Amino acid sequence: MSGAQLPIYLDYAATTPVDPRVAEVMMQYLGPDGVFGNPASRSHSYGWQAEEAVEGARTAVAELLNADVREIVWTSGATESDNLAIKGAARFYGAERGRHIVTSAIEHKAVLDSCRQLESEGFEVTYIKPNGSDGMITPELVEAALRDDTCLVSLMHVNNELGTITDIAAIGELTRGRKILFHVDAAQSASRLPIDTQQVQADFISLSGHKMYGPKGVGALYVRRRPRARLQALIHGGGHERGMRSGTLATHQIAGMGEAARLVMQQREADAEHARRLMNRLTGQFEDLEQVFINGSREHSVPGIVNISFAFIEGESLMMSINGIALSSGSACTSASLEPSYVLRALGVEDELAHSSLRFSVGRFTTEEQVDYTAAQVRHAVEKLRQLSPLWDMYKAGIDLKSVQWVEH
Amino acid sequence: MPYSDKVIDHYENPRNVGQLDESDAQVGTGMVGAPACGDVMRLQIRVDEDGVIEEARFKTYGCGSAIASSSLLTEWVKGRTVEEASQIRNTDIAEELDLPPVKIHCSVLAEDAIKAALADLERKQQDTGAAADRQAAS
Repeated sequence: MSGAQLPIYLDYAATTPVDPRVAEVMMQYLGPDGVFGNPASRSHSYGWQAEEAVEGARTAVAELLNADVREIVWTSGATESDNLAIKGAARFYGAERGRHIVTSAIEHKAVLDSCRQLESEGFEVTYIKPNGSDGMITPELVEAALRDDTCLVSLMHVNNELGTITDIAAIGELTRGRKILFHVDAAQSASRLPIDTQQVQADFISLSGHKMYGPKGVGALYVRRRPRARLQALIHGGGHERGMRSGTLATHQIAGMGEAARLVMQQREADAEHARRLMNRLTGQFEDLEQVFINGSREHSVPGIVNISFAFIEGESLMMSINGIALSSGSACTSASLEPSYVLRALGVEDELAHSSLRFSVGRFTTEEQVDYTAAQVRHAVEKLRQLSPLWDMYKAGIDLKSVQWVEH
Repeated sequence: MPYSDKVIDHYENPRNVGQLDESDAQVGTGMVGAPACGDVMRLQIRVDEDGVIEEARFKTYGCGSAIASSSLLTEWVKGRTVEEASQIRNTDIAEELDLPPVKIHCSVLAEDAIKAALADLERKQQDTGAAADRQAAS
């Protein structure tokens, strides 16, 4: 890897780099010679031009979802979009339609914590567990969780740890038929899968700029107009964004997200094909290793994200020996809690396998050379650490680890 | 997570990795921790007739700090008497390796491992002692 940049970045599910074409657009909205005005300024051309940039970006994001421009609300990111959709809709509709919410145990913390907050306000929340180890939240599981007093269902389109895809079209049919609001967190999917709001009956869709080669600090919430979905604002002020989200619009970030959306529309399929080729190349190099498991369904997943458990070695030490590669571990051993990933846990993955997992995510700028280097490093580390592992010895000696009385501490 | 140079050194060049014969009466084996908690240490020591630890071996499933703690421990106990080895405290290990607060449990586990190995050794030697007494009596 002479001359290549280290560490190699294989954490595209955490964040993507800003596409250079996006960065170039953003630069036009910053300096004294740029279009730096406040888009809300009505009295001069600085404001008008900034507004034009914001509305151009809104059109691009609307097109990405095959939506109307009036259905796009700018936010600070997918976390805010999730908060606004869930708390905003629940507070608006709760009294009228019921105070029960359905979500899943493998959602992003922005969704789970918003639901927790609503529980403290008197809502009841059902956290669906995936059916078996494939991590799928199926329409049948959702249907079984619905009640007469359910006002909102909130699910992610693509899971950030597993890459698994939820059938939002089928779930949207279910919720629409029962007049239940449906929120989709599409932060991970917007750059990877087409989403057509004419086909998918979602009422709210969260998007993130920095997961689609745009900047951090900006996101959007799609809010359906027909039939009209409503919500209670969380941030009050100048009444921006039709009163749903006040605050001066961040022109450069919004313009960046708009450009990122245009690029996704241009090259989503090429990006997906690139990711698929790289992932096959990566996982192919682990095939002959014993006791290596892919977590979550392979059949129903996006190509760019794969979560792999390397049994009998611990994730953090694995990360330490591949420090030339930037990726995420399913083990949260770095935190004081020593808790393995709650997502893997919800799949029924045993704690030791959850501790042994790595999430690889590739993207637009990943190269074959980087993937090959990563595979070689990981293989080397796995072999080295298994030589150090008493659990590997026991496995090799035919001892069932479940039969051992462990001295927990 | 930033690791100290000493942790990295032990992690990259672990000392005394391996296994001793568990059935040997002069060998004490301690296995502590649990896979579900993310760390398991197996520490083994062999003592000579005078109760001096002549060999130590370990294998550890765990993070870099856990591997380093057990590697360091094998270095420390070699050449010490059983009595001296029982005096090793997790705080000594944590200090030597500059472990951050969230990794103190790794040094605690290492202290547990040497204690467990010593207890196993004592049990075995009592058994063989008793067996020898029985043999002498018969």
